[in-house]
Amino acid sequence: MSAYDTIIIGAGVSGLAAGIRLAYYEKRVCILERHTMIGGLNSFYRLGGRNYDVGLHAVTNYAPKGTHKGPLARLLRQLRFHWEDFALRPQIGSAIAFPGVCLRFNNQFELFRSEVHRGFPAEKDHFENLAAAVVGYDDAYAGAAGQSARSVVGRWIKDPLLVDMIFCPLLFYGGAREHDMDFGQFSIMFRSIFMEGLARPWAGVRQILKNLARRFKQLGGELRLRAGVRRMEVDRGRVTRIILDDGTYVEGDRVLSSAGLVETMRLCEETPTRVPAAGQLSFIESVSILDAEPRDLGCDRTIVFFNDSDKFRWQKPEQLVDVRSGVICCPNNFQYDQPLDEGVVRVTALANYDGWKSLSRDEYLAAKQTWYDRMIAQAVRFVADFRPRVIARDTFTPTTIKHYTGHENGAVYGSPDKRKSGTTHLSNLFICGTDQGLVGIIGAMLSGIVMANRHLLGTRADEAGEVAAAGVVEV
Amino acid sequence: MSPAEIKAAILDILENIAPDEDLSGLVDDVPLREQLELDSMDFLDIVMELRKRYRVQVPEDDYVELATVNSTVNYLAPLMKDLQKA
Repeated sequence: MSAYDTIIIGAGVSGLAAGIRLAYYEKRVCILERHTMIGGLNSFYRLGGRNYDVGLHAVTNYAPKGTHKGPLARLLRQLRFHWEDFALRPQIGSAIAFPGVCLRFNNQFELFRSEVHRGFPAEKDHFENLAAAVVGYDDAYAGAAGQSARSVVGRWIKDPLLVDMIFCPLLFYGGAREHDMDFGQFSIMFRSIFMEGLARPWAGVRQILKNLARRFKQLGGELRLRAGVRRMEVDRGRVTRIILDDGTYVEGDRVLSSAGLVETMRLCEETPTRVPAAGQLSFIESVSILDAEPRDLGCDRTIVFFNDSDKFRWQKPEQLVDVRSGVICCPNNFQYDQPLDEGVVRVTALANYDGWKSLSRDEYLAAKQTWYDRMIAQAVRFVADFRPRVIARDTFTPTTIKHYTGHENGAVYGSPDKRKSGTTHLSNLFICGTDQGLVGIIGAMLSGIVMANRHLLGTRADEAGEVAAAGVVEV
Repeated sequence: MSPAEIKAAILDILENIAPDEDLSGLVDDVPLREQLELDSMDFLDIVMELRKRYRVQVPEDDYVELATVNSTVNYLAPLMKDLQKA
């Protein structure tokens, strides 16, 4: 008998959520994490005496306390958390700023709707049709999964500018494929951002991560840091042994990997004949610390998605960074009970992994400086100029993302090929997280939960999985 | 376990699944799905909690018996009558 019923690779939010489900139902479970920090894509670190968040700008899928339906409510029940454990505070208000047009939105869909009606009067009815289709996606449009969202949306919305403005936030917060996404994912993300909305805990992502890790350990789960997986030994279609970076090994009956689909397959001694394509879309992000509240400087939006070109391009940039579009996030601008200790502005843009990877150490440091300046110069065309108040800053690049997530090419949202079933070419190896197809921090946790329910909760879980699978379509 | 004890056990499971919920106003013969807006994943959890706590197996065909508090107690009474209160 193996030491563990399930070994989970990666202590990101999906792996931790899966671990909680399994430990709760008395499975022997161990999470292996390569780094000294948990969180993976969504994490935090200290630098110069300050806390910095990476990943998470905002939690999507917000729902106020007492909400019974929707992804957040389902997640809290599945993990047995109180609403206050995540302490989510709703955004103040965000915007999508394109040449000549700005659409504001907040957590009440009415605002976004009226902004679209005002900015695009000819599209009023078309937009309503799209919104209805997105809400009714589970029932009427389940067959549209796998269809190009651009072609489906294009049936309703005729103005390409409005199409681009709707796609921009969705792609920045979950677009694994260049130019487009699957209509099923589009619907889920449209609801999670425009209809449910954005929120953040005062303490940032650590609020959520620490709760997940604490609960997992309380339930008897084992969390091993500095335990990276080097490879998996395979015999007769099953993973038999997991070899760690230090040469020791671990054995478990089943393995759930949050390392990414391609990345997981590369760990196996026997790879399938067809390995899916790795993602290509990575980011650079700068974090600027201010000696003032951003609002007092005129930066009063929670998040601004901007694009300054005639067409919004969601593709791997030819240069190191594409500053034509990006995301500006002020973590201060949520409805907290007390202000954050310092002002923070985060600016994110698409970046080219290969370009960053090829730089020498000196070139890399110089490029970080250059592109920080260019990104911020671009950002202050869309928000108030906060540059005179910057007292500290940090920048991370596609190579940083690769280092901490293990994702090939630093692809934040993983492979364009998603594996909804979570199954692989090996009978006891499953995947969860970004490449299972649910994005966002709530989506990632649900991915871990659903995969645990479906594949790892034992004999009855097989039939239970069907029930759970039916349930998750509603997410 | 007596029917009253089984009912208390069910309420304890519901409180565990939905910790923010006020269960004091729960009506025993109105479907839980309506009152608490429980979904299929939650019903699955009720089944799994029964297995974890009392080693009671509920086959999938019988999930419909868990619709209300009363129907659940009636269904579980013969299965749990010989159990000692946990």
